[in-house]
Amino acid sequence: MSKLRDLLTQTKDVVYTAEFPVIDGGGMEQVKKNVDRLAPWFVAVNATDNTAAHAHASNVSVAIAMKQHGLEPIMQIVCRDKNRLAVQADMAGANLHGIENIALLTGDDVTAGDEPETRRVFDLDGPQAINVASILNAGTYLSGRKLNPAPNFFICSVENPFAPPHDYRIERALKKHRAGAQMIQLQIGYHPDRLEKFCAGVAATVPGLAIIPSVVLIKSAKPLSFMNDKVPGISVPQEVIDRVAQSADQAEAAYQLALEQAQHALSLPGVRGLHITDFRHDETLERLMRDLGRTPHQYT
Amino acid sequence: MPKLLNLLLAVEHGMKKPVWDCTMCGQCVLHSTGMTCPMTCPKTLRNGPCGGVREDGHCEVKPEMRCVWVKAYDRKVSLPLPTVWKEHYNDLRPPVDMQLKGTSSWVNLITKRDQQTPAGWAKRKEQSGSH
Repeated sequence: MSKLRDLLTQTKDVVYTAEFPVIDGGGMEQVKKNVDRLAPWFVAVNATDNTAAHAHASNVSVAIAMKQHGLEPIMQIVCRDKNRLAVQADMAGANLHGIENIALLTGDDVTAGDEPETRRVFDLDGPQAINVASILNAGTYLSGRKLNPAPNFFICSVENPFAPPHDYRIERALKKHRAGAQMIQLQIGYHPDRLEKFCAGVAATVPGLAIIPSVVLIKSAKPLSFMNDKVPGISVPQEVIDRVAQSADQAEAAYQLALEQAQHALSLPGVRGLHITDFRHDETLERLMRDLGRTPHQYT
Repeated sequence: MPKLLNLLLAVEHGMKKPVWDCTMCGQCVLHSTGMTCPMTCPKTLRNGPCGGVREDGHCEVKPEMRCVWVKAYDRKVSLPLPTVWKEHYNDLRPPVDMQLKGTSSWVNLITKRDQQTPAGWAKRKEQSGSH
């Protein structure tokens, strides 16, 4: 049972998703702590797959652990580290454990991580991996060999409407939808005009594709400069950085920026919810959710 | 016949290597990607750009290189390519068949070997209509 799918397909409710922190230590206790913090606010949370090209506890293992603790996972599978056999094995493993939400991503390059000497795989790309998930949903592996019982995946993906070629991002999202994606989380971005154009374009063609833009909670201007300088695909206009940097209270200015972004995104066509990245700033997360009209445990 | 195949392979490689830095994937899609080879993308992405394209349109992995898909999109829009080629731009291209590496895509085009996909892929394509 995917509560995420039920809410998106059978209701008009707004869905909130988040990123599960990577697990490098603290064992199951740490998993539980993260679940306790996130479960009150989010319907489903991403179990990442070697995010930013750093090795961590695996996508499948974290998704299972989250599920055991009562938090619905969106299990990511990234094409960078796994060939098509391994991608399908992750899917079959998710199916075995009753994990229904999966998100297929092309993934950052190995050079983004702390082991840049690694061999990059990319045997599949994001749209192909989505199509493979659709093939498994129909009861076979890519080869045609049977998989029984067939999975009932709710297939998600990711797109970056803020990176060039901007006009083409709409077509690429539609291609992912044709391959089987029903929900699309967006990369963090600071160009509202690009977001507006993307949402309008997607919603005009496939109103049923749920768009989930991202909002990141930060405490100062420093992470904005960092993202602009160091993260390929993210550009932060100088005036946005200045607005926070030149404020007497940077934390407050950064919060107001995030709140504005969230409210703007929710007003756009096709947008069914938000994806929140919070770098574990508990108090700001709760403040943002309450300012957006949420109360804890609305999904339970 | 093998001699002819070898000749075709040599001619194809001789033409495509200098112009497109061809790696002889054996399943050429140049016509549908604005005459830009997706195999020169460091991630060898055949279905469009990743999310890491820089603000100046350059590659996440090789900042000195323009993104292959930014180039492909510009060319698709601006080059006077046949309409039927442009129509294939948004096709969902199947995963690369590694068995064709080093073979002639011209021969594979004629024999339709380059259109063979795994059974599961072919069945989904049939059921969901043209990608």
